[in-house]
Amino acid sequence: MSIKKNIAISESGFIFDPSTGNSFTTNPIGLEILQLIKEGREQNEIKKHITAGYHVDDNTFEKDFYDFISTLQQLKLTVENEKKND
Amino acid sequence: MYLTKKQYERPVIQRVNVGLMNKYGTRTEYEPVTHIDGNAVADLITAYGSPVFVLSEKTIRATFRDANRAFKTRYPKVQFAWSYKTNYISAVCNVFHQEGSWAEVVSGFEYQKAINNGVPGANIIFNGPDKSEAELIFAINNGSLIHIDHLDELYLIKEIEPQLQKRARVAIRVNMDTGVYPAWDRFGFNYEGGQAQDAINKIMLNTNMDLVGLHCHIGTFMLTPSAYAVAATKMSELALNVKKKFKKTLEYIDMGGGFASRNTLKGSYIQGADAAPSFDQYAEAISTAILNAGFTEADLPLLILETGRALIDEAGFLLGSVISNKRLADGRRATIMNFGVNILFTSFWYDHKITPAQPFGQHNESTVLYGPLCMNIDVIRENISLPPLKKNDQVVVHTVGAYNMTQWMQFIALRPAVVLIDMNQKPHVIRNKETPASIQKEEEMPAYLKEFKI
Ligand SMILES: Cc1ncc(COP(=O)(O)O)c(C=O)c1O
Repeated sequence: MSIKKNIAISESGFIFDPSTGNSFTTNPIGLEILQLIKEGREQNEIKKHITAGYHVDDNTFEKDFYDFISTLQQLKLTVENEKKND
Repeated sequence: MYLTKKQYERPVIQRVNVGLMNKYGTRTEYEPVTHIDGNAVADLITAYGSPVFVLSEKTIRATFRDANRAFKTRYPKVQFAWSYKTNYISAVCNVFHQEGSWAEVVSGFEYQKAINNGVPGANIIFNGPDKSEAELIFAINNGSLIHIDHLDELYLIKEIEPQLQKRARVAIRVNMDTGVYPAWDRFGFNYEGGQAQDAINKIMLNTNMDLVGLHCHIGTFMLTPSAYAVAATKMSELALNVKKKFKKTLEYIDMGGGFASRNTLKGSYIQGADAAPSFDQYAEAISTAILNAGFTEADLPLLILETGRALIDEAGFLLGSVISNKRLADGRRATIMNFGVNILFTSFWYDHKITPAQPFGQHNESTVLYGPLCMNIDVIRENISLPPLKKNDQVVVHTVGAYNMTQWMQFIALRPAVVLIDMNQKPHVIRNKETPASIQKEEEMPAYLKEFKI
C-alpha cells in the first residue's frame, strides 16, 4: 500500500487531493507517518521509527497505526502496490 | 535517551468538513468592505449592475512592481511576460504591458489578442500544445518566441521551412520532477528521462530553427519556493550542457508561472494570505539557483517569468447581492446569491473571502452560500460566517482577479460588466455586460425552423 501519488502534503499537515478536490488535516505524528509511507518505508520500519521517537509501546502504536491506515483507505488517499517505475 | 522522546498522540486525519469550525474561529470575515479604491460598492452596483467585476489598477501595478523589485534586486536580467489566459481583457493586458511585460499566449486566439493590443512580435511567447500550421508560420515570420511542446510540433516547424521568411526562434518546454506532486509531465519534454536533451539535439541539427531558450512551468499555486530552486537548477544544467556540447549560449531561461496568490485553498486551515510565500521567497530560490549554477557572467541567461494569478488575483473583486435566505432541511442556514460558479469558476478551488458591503451588528451566523443556477454544484462557500444578510444586501468577493474573467461560463445567465478603477479612483467599463444579442449574434436559424404553432 502507498499514498496516492498526486496527493499534496504541506509541512503544516494540510493535505489536498487534486483528483477529488478534497482536503484533509492531520496532526504532527500523522504527518510524520504519512511522509514515511510516502518514502516507501515498510510498516515495521515505521513502527521502529515512531516507537524510538515517542513515548509509546509497540502494541499501542500498532493498533493506532492500523486504525490510521484504514482511515487513509476510507478517505481514498491510498493505492495498492503501485508500480515503482512510473 | 528516554528524556528526548516526544509525547505520543494518536495519529488522526480528517476530511476538512462542511461545518467544521475554522481554527481562527469566526474572525474578521464579516468586517464590512464598503469601498473599493474610493468608490462605494453601492454606487458601483447602481452604475454597472449586480453582479459586477471590479479591478483595481492601483493594486495591479503595486503587485507587479513588488514582484519586479523582488527579482530585479536579486538577478541582473529579468523579464515578465503576462500570462494571457489568467486575464486577457485587453485593458488588463495593457496595464501589464505598460509596466514592461511581454505577452505569454497559449492559443492562436490569445496570440491575435496580443497583436491587437500592440505587442511587438518579438515580445510574444507562444506556448502550449495546440499551435496550428498557419499560426506557427505567422508567429515565426513575426519573430515571436516559439516554445515547442512536443515532437510533432518540432517536426511541423521543420516541414514548414519553405513558408518561413526567417529562422524560427525556439525554446523547448521542459517538464521535470521537482519533488512536488502532481508533476506536470503532460506538457513538454521530460528532463530526467532525457527527452529534453534529445529534443535539443534535434533542434541543434536543424537549419531553420535557432534554439534561444528553455522553458518550464512546474505547476500552479505552488506553495513551496524550494521546488523552483530544483527546477531552476535543472534548467541551468540543461543550458550549460548546450553550451558545452554545441558551444551555444542560450539567451534565456523561462521559469513559467505558478506562484501562489493570497487565496485560501478550499478547506485549508491556513488563510491564503498567511500561506502564500512572498515574491521575495520565490525570487530568492530561483535567483540563487541560477547564479550558483556555474554560468560565466557574460552567459547568464535572461530570466523570464510568466507569473499569472499572483499578479492579479488580489486586484479583482466581484460585487453581488443576496437573492434570498433559506433554512435547509438539516437546519443549516443557506443564502442564495445572484452570482454562482458560472462567473466565479475559482470557487471550485478556493474558499473565497466574502464580506458584506454594509455595516452590521456583532451577531453573525454560519451559512451555506449558493449561486442562482438551478444546479447542485452551484456552491460558492460551503460554510461561511456572515452577519444575518437579507434580500438585496450587497457583498464583496475578494481575490478573484485571476482566471474568472477568462474561464467564466455563459451558462443560464449573461456575463456581467468588468470595471477597472484607475489610479485616480475613476471607474472605467473595460468589458460590457453581455446582452441577449451578444449571444444570439453567433447563432443561425435554419429557415425551416423559423416558424411554429403551439
Ligand atoms: C505555460 C504557463 N505559463 C504561465 C501560467 C500562469 O500560471 P499562474 O497563474 O499559476 O502563475 C500557466 C498557467 O497554467 C501556464 O500554463
